[in-house]
Amino acid sequence: MKPVAFDYVRAQSVAEAVAALTSSGGEGKVIAGGQSLMPMMNFRMVRPSVLVDINRIPGLDRIEERGERLHVGALVRHRMTASDPVIGRHLPVLHAVMENVAHLTVRNRGTFCGSVCHADPAAEMPMMTLLLNGGVHVASPRGERVVAARDFLLSSLTTALEEDEMVTGIALDTLPPGTGWGFEEFARRHGDYALAAVVATMEGRDGCARNVRVAVMGVGDTATRLPGVEAALEGQRVDEDVIAGAVERLRAEIEPNSDLNGSADYRRHLAGVLAARVFRAAWTRAQEGGAA
Amino acid sequence: MSGKIDISVTVNGASYNRSVEPRMLLSDFLRHELGLTGTHVGCEHGVCGACTILLDGRSARSCLTLAVQVDGQEIETVEGQGSREELGRVQTAFRDHHGLQCGFCTPGFIMTITDMLHHHPLESDEQIRDALSGNICRCTGYQHIVNAVRELAKERGPLQ
Ligand SMILES: Cc1cc2nc3c(=O)[nH]c(=O)nc-3n(C[C@H](O)[C@H](O)[C@H](O)COP(=O)(O)OP(=O)(O)OC[C@H]3O[C@@H](n4cnc5c(N)ncnc54)[C@H](O)[C@@H]3O)c2cc1C
Ligand code: FES
Ligand code: FES
Repeated sequence: MKPVAFDYVRAQSVAEAVAALTSSGGEGKVIAGGQSLMPMMNFRMVRPSVLVDINRIPGLDRIEERGERLHVGALVRHRMTASDPVIGRHLPVLHAVMENVAHLTVRNRGTFCGSVCHADPAAEMPMMTLLLNGGVHVASPRGERVVAARDFLLSSLTTALEEDEMVTGIALDTLPPGTGWGFEEFARRHGDYALAAVVATMEGRDGCARNVRVAVMGVGDTATRLPGVEAALEGQRVDEDVIAGAVERLRAEIEPNSDLNGSADYRRHLAGVLAARVFRAAWTRAQEGGAA
Repeated sequence: MSGKIDISVTVNGASYNRSVEPRMLLSDFLRHELGLTGTHVGCEHGVCGACTILLDGRSARSCLTLAVQVDGQEIETVEGQGSREELGRVQTAFRDHHGLQCGFCTPGFIMTITDMLHHHPLESDEQIRDALSGNICRCTGYQHIVNAVRELAKERGPLQ
């Protein structure tokens, strides 16, 4: 199918983009990579009256080190996130995760920030933004605000973004060198949206797991951190007993939905199986000093 | 609302000036405005890869791109890869290895593979299959396409 008719604005600056969104009176939409928006427009599930193209705004296509954080601009494509050496140095876990996102042609266009704005519960970027305590930088005619990832991702396809706001970039934690990580996902075909995924990071200090972070996706209305599971691992020697306890906790904490790809019970079981592998891998890497 | 917008694009080295409705997909622009029907349209939602073209040297779904967005940019389509008299290198490899049957998916594969040969490590079958995974073929079972890419990758050598 084809999209319904709309007006097109090619913004040359963030100010121009938010001005166009404002004057559209809530009927405007930002287009970044278009890899989620265009399918929805082709199906006429989304019918903006004004499309605000941010692709030519200079300066948004960079990954920058800002103090302890990495700033991922609104035009950083999946291809860049998957291969950028700065990310490789600070966040090898993100490189590993990005290998599972879509296919090379989609990765050439799709953006990290666009995925977080789209807020698909089975998308990797919202999960990683939660894991890395992301701060979503939002611009509007009222100026800029920074929204914590957990306050930004409200539920399936729903964020805290107002009608006249756009995201300019997302700041992510860097992890100390040697941080252990694990990531597992199950998709019916490599590169497709996953049925479930689990990611964890932990530092190994004095024989114990420290600063443990655990996030999941595909098993609820939005990706989420699991504080109870993190607590079950924090300060522990992560042996098989501890892992079994954490897995049990995880299965209790998540609320998966049933759909044609799998029942809630199946997803709960799957997430636990993936989690055990993830905790083992993260612990092993943490002890090896995180060598990839 | 939605008046036409003037754009100028380069397609396979030739420049074109046209006036288009903002909602016109790049795939429809190539096929209906420029008569370049080599770019095929399968699903129109980014899944099948039949509509893949190169946009400033990188592969892109033309069904997920608007013609107005590519003003001033360079497009390459399968028509630019070779002619009936003189097939391009990727096309020749497809012919030699039986990489196509009905041919519907082929233009998208040719363009994706052109991107792969410029930018991707293709040292193992796993890497080749991973890079091809965004293109769907209902006929060949992929093995012959993988064979064609393996030969092209060998010829190319390691990436830089
Ligand atoms: C075949 C295929 C397979 C895929 N597989 C996966 C997968 O395995 N995992 C995965 O995570 N994703 C997958 N995707 C989706 C892909 O990652 C999208 O690129 C991503 O979800 C959206 O990013 P985008 O830049 O393309 O955003 P767009 O499509 O341009 O926009 C998406 C939404 O976000 C809004 N938006 C975008 N940028 C901004 C901004 N800066 N400020 C405010 N609002 C904004 C838009 O208005 C729109 O509502 C797949 C897509 C396809 C077509
Ligand atoms: S027609 Fe564009 S991906 Fe199928
Ligand atoms: S050759 Fe028929 S779909 Fe690929």
